Amino acid sequence: MNKYLTAYYLDEEDLLKGLKKIKSKGVEVADVLTPFPVHGLDKVLGLRRSRLSIIAFAGGAIGATLGFLFQAWVFTRAYPINFGGKPYFAVPSFMPVTFELAVLFAAFSMVFAFLISNNLGPGSKNIIHDEQITDDRFLLVVKMDEEDDEKVKAVEIILSDAGAQGITLKA
Amino acid sequence: MYVSPIREPLIKGGKDYSQVTKDIMAPMAGKPSIYWYVGIAISGGALLFGAWATFVTVYYGIGSWGLNKTVGWAWDITNFVWWVGIGHAGTFISAILLLFRQKWRTSINRSAEAMTLIAIACAGFFPLIHMGRIALGFFIFPYPNTRELWVNFNSPLLWDVFALTTYFLVSLIFWYVGLIPDIGTVRDKAKNKIRKAIYGFLSFGWTGSAKHWSRHETVSLILAGLAAPLVLSVHTIVSFDFATSVIPGWHTTIFPPYFVSGAVFSGFAMVLTLLIVTRKALNLEQYITKVHIESMTKIIILTGSIVGIAYITEFFMAWYSGVEYEQYAFMNRAFGPYAWAYWIMMTCNVITPQLFWFKKIRTNLVAVFIISIFVNIGMWFERFVIIVTSLHRDYLPSSWTMYTPTVAEVGLYVGTFGLFFTLFMVFIRVFPVIAIAEVKSVLKSSSDEKKHTHHE
Repeated sequence: MNKYLTAYYLDEEDLLKGLKKIKSKGVEVADVLTPFPVHGLDKVLGLRRSRLSIIAFAGGAIGATLGFLFQAWVFTRAYPINFGGKPYFAVPSFMPVTFELAVLFAAFSMVFAFLISNNLGPGSKNIIHDEQITDDRFLLVVKMDEEDDEKVKAVEIILSDAGAQGITLKA
Repeated sequence: MYVSPIREPLIKGGKDYSQVTKDIMAPMAGKPSIYWYVGIAISGGALLFGAWATFVTVYYGIGSWGLNKTVGWAWDITNFVWWVGIGHAGTFISAILLLFRQKWRTSINRSAEAMTLIAIACAGFFPLIHMGRIALGFFIFPYPNTRELWVNFNSPLLWDVFALTTYFLVSLIFWYVGLIPDIGTVRDKAKNKIRKAIYGFLSFGWTGSAKHWSRHETVSLILAGLAAPLVLSVHTIVSFDFATSVIPGWHTTIFPPYFVSGAVFSGFAMVLTLLIVTRKALNLEQYITKVHIESMTKIIILTGSIVGIAYITEFFMAWYSGVEYEQYAFMNRAFGPYAWAYWIMMTCNVITPQLFWFKKIRTNLVAVFIISIFVNIGMWFERFVIIVTSLHRDYLPSSWTMYTPTVAEVGLYVGTFGLFFTLFMVFIRVFPVIAIAEVKSVLKSSSDEKKHTHHE
């Protein structure tokens, strides 16, 4: 069974200082839950920069291409109509729709990727470790693999030395 | 961290994080106040008037409006452009100010974005109802049909369809992505089971994990990067509705920037009108402070001055072009039968906003409120002047005519006000009006408390 040790701070600067201490003692912190994005946290936890921007670019490129090709197909192949002598393949007047579709596809592909990669969505059943983390608590979660009481004790001491409060063991 | 001594704190009252949560969620808790019921009753009444006008328009057709063969576009398109413009402030605040790292946006972006969404809905109503057969509204989308016909991709009216649809959808997800963490807060604070279940569903299972926050920040930044050019494109395309027509007074290249700045101008005025009341009614004066109000009035000076220069440039270009039709259109605007509308526009848009140069006026809430309403009126008249004065005296003097709206047209406009305020008042009861997480993230660097510890 997976067990967790959780402990919290009430201030983001204490959290960052404490985290550095805990990490230096070799304790693996699985996650940190905060009420707002804390700057510098990604560095301490060693998180990589998000690659969602690549998905946004790809989505935008697909949207622009599909939008442009569709308009070109409609006006030159599917049903060419002469609108006041304007050219059939009217590139400048395809631009607004092409641009709008690029933005639409980029935004939606990125947001869906964001939700999927975070396992967020309607009816998502993520574990809520502590209901205070959306208010004023900065909670850290340490995974304890074995039921080794000694090791749990040792980690507990490291956490309390680093100034963390409310240390609890959860199943 | 260095804190500039000149800058005033963004959040007043030396709050801590849980106090912020409590304060911002207070308007959602308990029973609404008597003012809320009075407000919803008035806006509900306006909405009913609009429903009646919609019925009349659909039942009797566009003939129930004051349009004639010379003036084929009037209040409906005026209202459409006006509402779209109002929406622009929300995106400007949430996207462009985010890219410029303006931290004061955090107190006002949520409500301004909600305003954007509602304003786009109000705007979209007008072209739909003007189609006459509202049930066939879906004809505007290119879908495979038995006639094998597609839409006209050369038409700015069709570009409008794409621009507004995209604008609405992108604004919606931008707003909702920002809301997810705050809905998480509402969920965690909910005491009764049903409320917890509903907000739990809406919060998408938000946990506040560091990795999620890091992705959330990336997504917000890129959505801002996408929404910024989008908002400029939307009003550019709206201005193309006029600029691509060969009508004196419309056929000018100045329209896109002129319309975009006018949109931001009127949008900020509406944000001010709404927030000056909202902050008072919801006791959020320590979050939406005079600093916020002042910053917005400064944007109004900037955009209002751009609009003023555009008016003068138009006049100059009409003279300089040497085209007598163009010259007549402008002389007719300023001195013709609709001169009163033109001078209302000039007074409200060019003269009154210049009062914001005085700090005394910028910080006087009553004055700001009144001037913001002047701007709202002025910007409505700007669209009315552009549309009706250019049309009512066309190339053939025998077709010259005047235009007067009917009760049904007035009803449709009043009805969108009803829709706007009703939905806004529902919004303040359902979601946090201020982005809780974002306010917390700027709290330390700009609160009273921090300042004192730095100076003492």
